[in-house]
Amino acid sequence: MAKKHIVVDPITRIEGHLRIEAMIDENNTIVDAYSSSTMFRGIETILQGRDPRDAGLLAMRICGVCTGTHYQRSIEGVEDAFGITIPKNARIVRNLIQGSLYVHDHLVHFYHLHALDFVDVVSALSADPAKTAQEAQKWAKVAGTTPYIEGEGHFAEIKERVAKFVKQGRLGIFGNGYWGNKHYKLTPEQNLIGVAHYLKALDIQRDMAKMQAIFGGKNPHPQSIVVGGVTCVQDIQNPARIALFKNLLKESTEFVKKAYLPDVYMAGTMYADEATDSKATFTELMQGKGVGGTGGGLLNYMSYGDFRLDDTGFYKSALLFPSGIVYGGDISKVEDVDPEKVAEDVTHSWYEGKNPLHPYDGQTIPKYTGLDKREDGIAYLKTNEKYSWIKSPIYNDTRVEVGPLARMVVGVARKDERITKYVTNFLKRGNLPISVLFSTVGRTAARAIETELMADVMVEWADELAANVAAGDLSTWTEFDFDKVSVKTKGMGLAEAPRGALGHWVKIENGKIVNYQAVVPSTWNAAPRDYKGRLGAYEASLIGTKVAEPEQPLEIIRTIHSFDPCIACAVHVVDTKGKELGVYKIDTQCSI
Amino acid sequence: MSDRIEGVKKLFTSKSARVETNKGDAYYDKLFQTCQARIEELKTQQPINNRLDIGDVLETQGIERRDFLKWASAVTGMLMLPASFTPLVADAALMMNRAPVIWLELQDCAGNSEALLRSDGPKIDEIVLDIISLEFHETLQAASGHQAEKQLEEAIEHFKDKYLLFVEGSVPLGMNGQFGTIGASGETMHDHLVRVAKHSAAVVAVGSCATFGGVPAAAPNPTGAVGVMDVIKGKPLINIPACPANPANMVGVIIHYILTGQVPELDSLLRPKFAFGYRIHDNCERRAHFDAGEYVEEWGDEGAKNNFCLYKMGCKGPMTFNNCSIVRYNEGVNWPIGVGRGCIGCSEPDFWDKYAYERPMADAKIKAPTGGVEKTVDEFGLGLLTAAGIGIGIHAAASAFAGKKEDGGEA
Repeated sequence: MAKKHIVVDPITRIEGHLRIEAMIDENNTIVDAYSSSTMFRGIETILQGRDPRDAGLLAMRICGVCTGTHYQRSIEGVEDAFGITIPKNARIVRNLIQGSLYVHDHLVHFYHLHALDFVDVVSALSADPAKTAQEAQKWAKVAGTTPYIEGEGHFAEIKERVAKFVKQGRLGIFGNGYWGNKHYKLTPEQNLIGVAHYLKALDIQRDMAKMQAIFGGKNPHPQSIVVGGVTCVQDIQNPARIALFKNLLKESTEFVKKAYLPDVYMAGTMYADEATDSKATFTELMQGKGVGGTGGGLLNYMSYGDFRLDDTGFYKSALLFPSGIVYGGDISKVEDVDPEKVAEDVTHSWYEGKNPLHPYDGQTIPKYTGLDKREDGIAYLKTNEKYSWIKSPIYNDTRVEVGPLARMVVGVARKDERITKYVTNFLKRGNLPISVLFSTVGRTAARAIETELMADVMVEWADELAANVAAGDLSTWTEFDFDKVSVKTKGMGLAEAPRGALGHWVKIENGKIVNYQAVVPSTWNAAPRDYKGRLGAYEASLIGTKVAEPEQPLEIIRTIHSFDPCIACAVHVVDTKGKELGVYKIDTQCSI
Repeated sequence: MSDRIEGVKKLFTSKSARVETNKGDAYYDKLFQTCQARIEELKTQQPINNRLDIGDVLETQGIERRDFLKWASAVTGMLMLPASFTPLVADAALMMNRAPVIWLELQDCAGNSEALLRSDGPKIDEIVLDIISLEFHETLQAASGHQAEKQLEEAIEHFKDKYLLFVEGSVPLGMNGQFGTIGASGETMHDHLVRVAKHSAAVVAVGSCATFGGVPAAAPNPTGAVGVMDVIKGKPLINIPACPANPANMVGVIIHYILTGQVPELDSLLRPKFAFGYRIHDNCERRAHFDAGEYVEEWGDEGAKNNFCLYKMGCKGPMTFNNCSIVRYNEGVNWPIGVGRGCIGCSEPDFWDKYAYERPMADAKIKAPTGGVEKTVDEFGLGLLTAAGIGIGIHAAASAFAGKKEDGGEA
């Protein structure tokens, strides 16, 4: 049994710092995996003792990528504690800020953090521009549209620009990629489309960020949300601002429909053999037939729900994305989410504590136990003990996955009309079985489906805001008596970040925060094992994946990136017994 | 640490916060000659990283020379140089490819990387492909694993003593630095930073965390987080604070470096004066309302609807130095005061413990940086904030009084 001990470290193109160790058998198939975050900041501790009205701005700094999401959840947690219902304008503005983030964030993720797992930049240099234009036509047609970039001339220009760049010798951020790996499956023409859209998306995302800045003040880290409402009254009462928002949204939507969706069809089709080993139809799946392709993982999906559609207040209003939980990929059943059933375990996390605790009672007391042996410049995790700064969230004593896929799955299981329409349209246009969703490729597709839905629905919201203001309603804030409502209370901000279910829990006494816990999407997904030894979502999704060339673990990176990790990573692959039977330090494969 | 506090003190107690924008003909003549000589010398050199000259880029992108000069003229103004420097700034911009950049992320949220992605002058695709040589950037680069580590090692070797090291995120020193490790070897962020900084030409700390510790260093600073300047000594170091830093200021620092071969003139907190010599308050669009005593008194009130001054809602513009009231964010689309929230002082040290409050300084309970006893601003140990806070308070009260008088005694 020839076993390999391969080290890949770090995985890039994610936010933050993460390390994964995995074990492969003699067939290069992953049989075990460990996920570990290697950075701690202690923001929950820092929030203790502060004025709850100030928590949102600080809590937002948990992340600068899904920026503004933590801000809203934190503010909502305090509003929930104080029993405040915000005015209509504030609700819509918050939806627009958050919705802009979804569209922006998903697009940046697909092109700049994930696409290079599918697209070989160097291969694009041998593309035929005329054939590329035809290829672009083909995938745009699948998506029911026309190509974003048309004509061979444009593709020739882009090819020349990239060729010039490559000829210079040093590739900058494109240096040392896995270029030329034969498990890149796109044709040179398809790769050129990918590269062209990658570059265009760099440009487009600047404009998309402006949507958030119009009502948020800036991006990253908007600043217009306060406990009780929003502050951007001059921006909502100025029709030019709403018009600018709509123009930017139109521009973004065009890119989403004409570039992003066709590219997902292209990548999804070319990598479809990895997407599913099940040909189950939609009807069969609604009957609870089994599913799961490469990277499927836990198959338990949870969504807290997001985007309030009316003004009845927290946890009562209709939602764009319904809340719910689906077990085992069985979309014939869906259960309600009960926030009481959320708990965090620290058995394998670098914190003090024994039993899983509900976030209201959660503790964040570091207990770092270090790394294991160091050999050949590599330090290993003590995987039998504590091995991550991430805690292990548990719902109803089960491990679950969160994210866009979870939102789409729960939406379909809830028979939500709008979500079902977008999901079935997407699958129908691509002639794909619904089972493709339960995989690495499906996770990426679900994000694209959601992006199109968000872009479409935001136009309605912008109009609703304009109409409400035009009718004379300029209210942006609900008054409250801070001294009265902050004596002793607690609240939670439960909704969705672009990356999945996000909860902020806050306990307040005498106007001060006495306990604060945030359970973030990447905590659910990137968590280590729990007290029962059960795997987190990243860990589970890697099991069974075949790594064709272990010295270039493209498949691992692709699956981990499909979650859109909000942490920077390191990946280790070790043999089944943890024996070191050879270390492969990888030399550059960049041959140009 | 005491140097830092002294620095803050000096800044707040100085007679005028204004930057000296006219230093006399002799000064600018000399600087012009220095820059000219440097540009001429650079022109004789090949781009050290073989990047394209931006001139070619402009041509291929179909950008008119006139538009380019218009942009260069704006940058010249931003760098607080006389208009006569415009051609030199344009030349310097054309040779930005002489500045390879390595970007490290430590205790960060990637907010500054995201801000860099929003750069519009030049645009990010130009920065990445054509202009500077972004040699290592974890959030953007293709390579992973050993290939990524090798990319970093190669860049350090290839551009020895020539690269600008941009650092995002603070450095945890607690528990021997083990609150943050990077790479297969489990190297602490501290050691990682020291190693990569060793052969840099200059270090640029970007954002509040890398400059002054930022969020992780907020009381009680659970990980012993500090800014880069508390770790790296003996290198030219530039701080570009704010949360996140404005990409215009990042680009400004690079152009200035190309133009002069030196770090720009810095204040006592190592911030470039061209960007941080301005007090938000002095250039604020709502300043007239402050002077007239017209304030927002409650979120969403009539004052808010009329864009009155946000001082009473906790705006820290009077204590904060940054050019956001001039440059704004996201290509000038908006900024925090524009959006009716007020400034949280994010380009100042320890602002989470001193400024980021939804109340005016005069009313704020100041949380001491040590995390200890809370005091009112009047009791706060440094005194410097008292001076600023009360000074502003008096001005505010006087203005309010004046405002009411103008209303015809209605009070």
